[in-house]
Amino acid sequence: MGAATLQEGRGDAIPGYDEQIVRWFVLATIVWALIGLAAGLFIALQLTFPSLNFSEYATFGRLRPIHVSGVVLAFAGNALFATSLYVVQRTCHVGLWGGRQLSMLVFFGYQLFLILAMTGYPLGITQSKEYAEPEWYADLLLLAVWLVYLTIYTGTLARRREPHIYVANWFYLAFIITVAVLHIVNNLAMPVSFVGTKSYSQFAGVQDALIQWWYGHNMIGFFLTAGFIGMMYYFVPKQAERPIYSYRLSIVHFWALIFLYIWAGPHHLHYSALPDWAQTLGAAFSIMLWIPSWGGMINGIMTLSGAWGKLRTDPILRFLVVAVAFYGMATFEGPLMSIKAVNALSHYTDWTVGHVHSGALGWVAFMVFGAIYYLVPRLWRAPLWSHRLVEWHFWIATIAIVLYITAMWVAGIAQGLMWRAYDQFGFLQYSFADSVAMLHPYYLVRALGGLLYLIGAVLMTINVVMTIRDSKAGRRESVPTEQGGADPSLQSALAAKR
Amino acid sequence: MAKSSDERVNHGTIERSTTLLFVLSFLVVAIGGLVEVVPLFRLDETIKPVEGVRPYTPLEQIGRNIYTREGCYTCHSQQVRPFRDEVERYGHYSIAAESMYDHPFLWGSKRTGPDLARLGGKYSNAWHVAHMINPRDVVPVSIMPAYPFLQERELKFDDIGEHLQALSKVGVPYDGVAILSAADDVRAQATGEKTEALLARYPGARIGDFDGQPGRITEMDALIAYLQVLGTMVDFSKVRVDGKKE
Repeated sequence: MGAATLQEGRGDAIPGYDEQIVRWFVLATIVWALIGLAAGLFIALQLTFPSLNFSEYATFGRLRPIHVSGVVLAFAGNALFATSLYVVQRTCHVGLWGGRQLSMLVFFGYQLFLILAMTGYPLGITQSKEYAEPEWYADLLLLAVWLVYLTIYTGTLARRREPHIYVANWFYLAFIITVAVLHIVNNLAMPVSFVGTKSYSQFAGVQDALIQWWYGHNMIGFFLTAGFIGMMYYFVPKQAERPIYSYRLSIVHFWALIFLYIWAGPHHLHYSALPDWAQTLGAAFSIMLWIPSWGGMINGIMTLSGAWGKLRTDPILRFLVVAVAFYGMATFEGPLMSIKAVNALSHYTDWTVGHVHSGALGWVAFMVFGAIYYLVPRLWRAPLWSHRLVEWHFWIATIAIVLYITAMWVAGIAQGLMWRAYDQFGFLQYSFADSVAMLHPYYLVRALGGLLYLIGAVLMTINVVMTIRDSKAGRRESVPTEQGGADPSLQSALAAKR
Repeated sequence: MAKSSDERVNHGTIERSTTLLFVLSFLVVAIGGLVEVVPLFRLDETIKPVEGVRPYTPLEQIGRNIYTREGCYTCHSQQVRPFRDEVERYGHYSIAAESMYDHPFLWGSKRTGPDLARLGGKYSNAWHVAHMINPRDVVPVSIMPAYPFLQERELKFDDIGEHLQALSKVGVPYDGVAILSAADDVRAQATGEKTEALLARYPGARIGDFDGQPGRITEMDALIAYLQVLGTMVDFSKVRVDGKKE
């Protein structure tokens, strides 16, 4: 296969690189962020004010999957497509394998999948498996799209013009492969009819539970972790203009992370009817997982060695670094919660919700925000409209996370303690309803956190839209772009470590 | 290839080859899943039936589908853990056989509302109807959505045979007669008329006009029939459960 083909399009595009597809995925990321976060805010308010469940089609139970799919599959998913397709071209020094048509197929196929899935939820069409709610017909479409994505990605790696595959790509590749496997196995189901929407899971009871949480935890482990570590390994060194801290650490934590993560699922089923050995195995591997997780965190944060001062002046770098810090926090909390004695208290409570959101709001979304602020000026070749607005976004979002997770910690621990409290006569001290009534103020604070976080995302949207308008208007001075796509900092980094 | 003592050289081989990176990543990821999942399909503990556990009646299965449709599992778990407080609050801890016909499982992960694994028989049908129409009429601090439309909507069950057929393909032991009589069984259970065949197929099924509207079979009938069977199939005063958790 020859060199990358030239593509038509914008006069100043880097020859051979497909940037249009990255632009589309970036815009899709922003649109879905607004939808997913707004859905989250609304269902948080429904838990605070139940009268907001005003319609059969807008109850909490039917809208929750819109929030979950909206932020995980749609927002984080589009961000993974955008960044992986950008990074693989830059670090392999070659355009995408398969050309524009194939990558467009992935873009439109994925958006169609998301729309099919999310229009079904208000109608009650769901498989009821968390993160795998879409029914069989949407799953088949996603499978096709995903295999094309895997082919484009692997094909691009295979025809790279660099001897080494850059570390970000190891993580992206492991993420794409593993998600394909997870998706296929967990969604095996028997449709009632090929013209209907309903299907029944291939598995039942205990087996179904384990397969679902093997899937569910590894959607966190690969979709929301491995893929995002790939993002970290490109955008943190680029924005900090520093080489990665340790090449050797990146090797060790890559293999350890992907090996250990896959075992951790059963910690979602502690004290259930799942056999004890599987629970214990899941807990043991979850605790071991702490080490490679922090390996990644250390490698990300220490990349700032010698550039710490930039955190004071560069809000984009701050998004990226605080994301890694939240990753460190969430991956300490996770192993803690997988210890059976702790899980006995935390499971089924809002503590879990708080934990998920410190990962989702702090790690995943902050990494995406940092990547978007990095990408938009380079993709549209205009300086960011307002750095001041990025500062505002950063602080509003940070306060939002603090409100959200502290409210959920207190709520969750209080819930867990109330459920197990006994009075002096040896009777259960509280009815379940008592614990529900106790939660109201915390749910209110959580909703406030969600509102602030959404406001932050709106500020980002304004900033991106204005930057694109500047670009269209031809205001393009001082564009931070790398001609020819060379990544000197990364390449020298690898060379130095070798 | 000669084994080198310098691991960086070895890894250099992997990161220079797309194929090697692809295959090794796949293998490393496959190990954990296989070791954990495969034994579950072969162990007695997870596949052995327990006396009393039967497939859902067609009406209960439709109720279960409504439970899924409304996303009840997002707020209610169906898995009682073996703790003193949970056993006192909800009932006997859950055992594997109780969900052996659950495609999919609905154990849940969050208790915004209470666990429902042993809900069956705790409240009257009339309580459930009132609770579904407006939860705050019976539990003032409840934050559950209201589902008044269930009481109004006629139950659609003309295709229930196809549902049982699909379930039998994934391993639920519905035989040909059960599939052919599925619609009759729905009518029998919701009206209480001509129930002999139903009860022979599904011993212990609760019969009756669940929604308090004689002459109509609504979605409320199906949902309450399902809620009333939850956790009632195994009689724990008779069945000895492996005592290792006690």
